Amino acid sequence: MIRLNGRVAAIAASALLFATLLSTGGATAQTAPAAAAPPAASPGSGPDSWAAFSGWKRYHGNCSTCHGPDGLGGTFAPSLVDSLKTLDHDQFLATVVNGKKDKNLTMPAFGVDPNVMCYVEDIYTYLKLRSDGKMDRGRPANTPTKPKDVAEAETACMGV
Amino acid sequence: MLVAYSYSPSYANDELVTLQQDANQWAMPLGNYSSTRYSTLSQINNSNARNLRVAWTFSTGVLRGHEGGPLVIGDIMYVHTPFPNKVFALDLNRNGAILWSYEPRQDSNVIGVMCCDTVNRGVAYAKGKIFLHQADTTLVALDAKTGKVVWSAKDGDPATGETGTGAPTIAGDYVIIGNSGGEYGVRGNLAAYDMNTGKLAWRAYSQGPDSDTLMNAQKTTHMGKPVGKDSGLAGWKGDQWKRGGGTTWGWTSYDPASQTIYYGSGNPGTWNPVQRPGNNRWSMTIWARDLKTGMAKWVYQMTPHDEWDYDGVNEMVLVDREWKGKPRKLLVHFDRNGFAYVLDRTSGELLGAEKYDPAVNWASSIDLKTGEPVRVAAYSTEHGGEDVSTKNICPAALGSKDQQPVSYSPQTGLFYIPGNHVCMDYEPTKVAYVAGSPYVGATLSMYPPKGENNLGRFVAWDPIAQKSVWEVKEPFSVWSGPLATAGGVVFYGTMDGYLKAVDAKTGNELYKFKTPSGIIGNITTYTHGGKQYVAVLSGVGGWAAIGMAAGLTGANEGLGAVGAYRSLSQYTNLGGTMTVFELP
Repeated sequence: MIRLNGRVAAIAASALLFATLLSTGGATAQTAPAAAAPPAASPGSGPDSWAAFSGWKRYHGNCSTCHGPDGLGGTFAPSLVDSLKTLDHDQFLATVVNGKKDKNLTMPAFGVDPNVMCYVEDIYTYLKLRSDGKMDRGRPANTPTKPKDVAEAETACMGV
Repeated sequence: MLVAYSYSPSYANDELVTLQQDANQWAMPLGNYSSTRYSTLSQINNSNARNLRVAWTFSTGVLRGHEGGPLVIGDIMYVHTPFPNKVFALDLNRNGAILWSYEPRQDSNVIGVMCCDTVNRGVAYAKGKIFLHQADTTLVALDAKTGKVVWSAKDGDPATGETGTGAPTIAGDYVIIGNSGGEYGVRGNLAAYDMNTGKLAWRAYSQGPDSDTLMNAQKTTHMGKPVGKDSGLAGWKGDQWKRGGGTTWGWTSYDPASQTIYYGSGNPGTWNPVQRPGNNRWSMTIWARDLKTGMAKWVYQMTPHDEWDYDGVNEMVLVDREWKGKPRKLLVHFDRNGFAYVLDRTSGELLGAEKYDPAVNWASSIDLKTGEPVRVAAYSTEHGGEDVSTKNICPAALGSKDQQPVSYSPQTGLFYIPGNHVCMDYEPTKVAYVAGSPYVGATLSMYPPKGENNLGRFVAWDPIAQKSVWEVKEPFSVWSGPLATAGGVVFYGTMDGYLKAVDAKTGNELYKFKTPSGIIGNITTYTHGGKQYVAVLSGVGGWAAIGMAAGLTGANEGLGAVGAYRSLSQYTNLGGTMTVFELP
């Protein structure tokens, strides 16, 4: 398990590092790719990619209680299918890392939460596909096989 | 009256025992200590209910899920709201004019750690004070006449995901509250505070060593046998019990004759059963504790090693009925897992357990000898391991019924169950624990049972025959605590916004009125100036409405239904209104 000393004010740069560590297994420097899917299997960031599937899963594990199923928004938080039409990748990342306050609505900061940060690029990939109308609602029809290097990077990142 | 209360006259709250026997007032959230939510009022009855009309309304100014319901003490109605947890004292002599209002200052960061909307299930009254359990876990006592703070006590730490959503229960000299945050790996506990000073009297955890759980290795029993030493550590791997959930966010009942309190504990920490081996004691458990010491008399774990999020927190209804020819002091509990349990509340003996929704499939039955559910392997979410989706499990995590409390009418002998009729796919995933972050580890999708198009059922249930007598199909989950009355009427609310009155014997609809927003609140009745009124909060939200804007997925749209498959947002919108009904 990753030891985190309190809920320090994380910044976007640390999130990029977090994401880069995941997507590359920490082998390269901070390059901040837009999508995290490693090249070994299910390449790319299309609707059939591992990244999209993983993003679907992690979105529904961590985000959907507030942002609604399939990114469609709830009574609690806005539709990310809509938000990603205007929010760019870096703004998305900064919001996830730092959270957001708006009157009586509060989004927590997820910058130190490996359950989100280890998959944040996958979640972005999934939501961007949903926002661009390239992916339907619900569980992706086919479950891609988890690439071996992704599995290793995941274990390293999650620490469990 | 329903129950002949015998109580120790030395208690400070004799007033409360008297108050709950006076049907003109509504003194506690579930109506009385037995949690029957029944009223002996009969002015509004099954022959005139069709003439009901709105007397007055009141806007709370808060647009979130409004669970729970108001109290009525004398000429004052006390109304609570979701976060920011306002309390209003409304003057019934002036159609609900505001006598005083209270709004606590709370760090709004707490909103981010409330899994299922910023709900609150109501305030409690005793000895001239109103007790409120705030979202940030602060328990506050207000002067019922002025709204001024008399004392306050911080119960938990929202930074770890611990929050307050439940209504306090006043029993003896104690204010009893539970905690919320089972989705954050919070350790569930029930706490008793001195009603007059706000000093903590005892705290009892749902897991851990006996000194934490307040269990006695020999005297506390489970299925009639002593639990043994440190039973709350058994059934946990390593130190997982420290983030073991078992939160206590539901309702607490009280038997003044034996001075025993009854409540349930919720899901064990992380919804991923693969990561959480063991029977996870004592999550998903019915507890009987001594009021004064907090010591556990008996426990019954309904769903050991949960794989579906079937929290055991639903209300315990205390009724005295004949069971197999013998008068018994019963405890009846409609669990999230879809079984209606009947226990002897003195001994904890399990007498009966039957499915109250025929859709339930995760277990075929409950073995009354061992207390264990007879599980169906195909619906085990652990069976396939992590990252494998188990499909068509019924009920969904919402349960066949959630916190929305039942009503029991001694007139018909029937329970009235506000029910969900929802199934799910459930996929466990690896999760790391971070204090204050969601500790869920499962991906779910929910839909109605195959071939059906209603997500809700309103059911009349015979607890002795253990069968349903009639049911009303509702398009959405019935997330509103009904009220049965001596007028032969049962009132309940629907998520699309209707207050409905139905005949208690037949379920036939007598009256309905569409309130400004969906109803997830509980129905209250009282009299003022000799006239009976019925009151309900509307304000859609809560867990069942989280997907409100989205509706169901395409896969479920082809079943031919028109209404049920449209999204809830096409029927209603956010709100926060008290609507009070009367006869002309």
